[in-house]
Amino acid sequence: MDANAEKIPVERTGIDQSLEVKKNTRVKAAVIEDDRKGISMRRKVVIGQMIVGVTIIFLWEFLTRIGWLDSYYWSNPSTIVQTGWTAAIQGTLLQDMAYTSGATIIGFILGTLVGSVIGLSFWWSSLYSRITEPYMIAFNAVPKLALAPVLVIMFGIGFNSKVIMAFLMTVIVAALAAYSGVKSVDKDLEKMLFSLGAKRHHVFMKVVVPSSVPWMVSSLKINIALALAGTIVGEFISSRQGVGRMILYAGQVMDLNLVWVGVIVLSFLSIFMYLGTVWIEKWLLKNRKYQ
Amino acid sequence: MNKLEIVHNSKTFKKNDKEFCALQETNMSIQSGKFVSIIGPSGCGKSTLFNIIAGLLPPSTGEVLLDGKNIVGKSGCVGYMLQKDLLLPWRTILDNVILGLEIRGVHKTEARERALPMLQKYGLKGFEHHFPAELSGGMRQRAALLRTLLYDKDVILLDEPFGALDAQTRLFMQSWLLKIWSDFKKTVLFVTHDIDEAIYLSDEIYVFSHRPGRIKAKVEVDLPRPRNEETLTQASFQHLKKGLLIMLKVEQEIS
Repeated sequence: MDANAEKIPVERTGIDQSLEVKKNTRVKAAVIEDDRKGISMRRKVVIGQMIVGVTIIFLWEFLTRIGWLDSYYWSNPSTIVQTGWTAAIQGTLLQDMAYTSGATIIGFILGTLVGSVIGLSFWWSSLYSRITEPYMIAFNAVPKLALAPVLVIMFGIGFNSKVIMAFLMTVIVAALAAYSGVKSVDKDLEKMLFSLGAKRHHVFMKVVVPSSVPWMVSSLKINIALALAGTIVGEFISSRQGVGRMILYAGQVMDLNLVWVGVIVLSFLSIFMYLGTVWIEKWLLKNRKYQ
Repeated sequence: MNKLEIVHNSKTFKKNDKEFCALQETNMSIQSGKFVSIIGPSGCGKSTLFNIIAGLLPPSTGEVLLDGKNIVGKSGCVGYMLQKDLLLPWRTILDNVILGLEIRGVHKTEARERALPMLQKYGLKGFEHHFPAELSGGMRQRAALLRTLLYDKDVILLDEPFGALDAQTRLFMQSWLLKIWSDFKKTVLFVTHDIDEAIYLSDEIYVFSHRPGRIKAKVEVDLPRPRNEETLTQASFQHLKKGLLIMLKVEQEIS
């Protein structure tokens, strides 16, 4: 019995070890393979995406040239580039772009900041937050774009009314996001801080604000698009500058090529601003990778 | 000398116009430097009592005296560690541990300098700049306790700090706690469900009864210190354990 009992574990360990070695090598090989797969996968994705993009542009150009698509309505890529180039060199396209993105970004920043402050302030008093909350939701439901004519009359046809539009589009979304963050704060964390002798402002700065950051950040991407929409509608109503005004004007004189230029330019503006928010998001959450 | 006195404390909650008593009149006096445990079934008012002592909850009646001064409703007079580690996930371990100092107004750099040797001495060396999510449960609990210690109050309340740990880590943490306790000479009030843990760590054990919570018995633990794993198998340990088991069993049957 004794001899067996001693023998078996020895044999077992022998087997186990060899198994383990095998396992290890296998695991390593698998990891390397996975990495390669990852790299080649990424490459395939990029190539695939480029093929799709080029195909769309090519088809657009080709189909309008052979007349399957009416180039009066659809324009075509080469004409758009040409018209855009002329508009940039001889016209005011670049100033218009600066005007539109300026109003959008200022409105977005103001809206996000003010909204976040409003949302965070709800932590301080549940009476105040409960009274205000239904009005916030109601105001969020108001189609603010429909208010554009009023705002243009109120704030003039200049830059200010566009900033106000972008601001109104974003402020409530930002406030509601920050408020969700505030509501999700772990009560035990607050309790722990109080037990360390903290005052309410300590709890606010050290727990409530940092734990709401991911919530606030999550609204940035939506808000930049909303801000741009606000600015453009503001320009549609009445404006002397801006890509929105350019599109409206081009439509009125039936210069559909120029309308397409405006649409494409706005798309690029939107993409760049979106990438900007992605960058801000990364920067704000750089310490959060372990959460 | 009595460090902490709990005089005629009771707490009654009102829920849907029905009153229910979480803590019946409780009196305790705890001497300076003692390790005192409270055991009892769930719902025996242990957490209520701790919240009252920590000043987070006003009692319905009674006073809490710390060095003879009434601290009812004043938070921050004693160190309090809750069951969860409650480390802030966006702060490194070092920055979590200095939280109490920061609140007291100590500059961050100075607080870090003070905390660093402590982390290194008490088993968190090499993890100072890690985030809580990267650490094991035992390590996080250690960090949480060091945070309470660095807050530097004479009395420390520990509410089931090892409740969520596995048996082995638990035993290790108990020895670690005893070492810290003898190094820092704090008065400790410790809540646990675990009879072995209570006997192994404490000088005195209060047994609480089920709802409404009140003190049912007080047991002196006269096992010699320093204690180690061998303490757990001594005859006197077993004897104490048997007595406490019977008391708690009666308690379970009543509830």
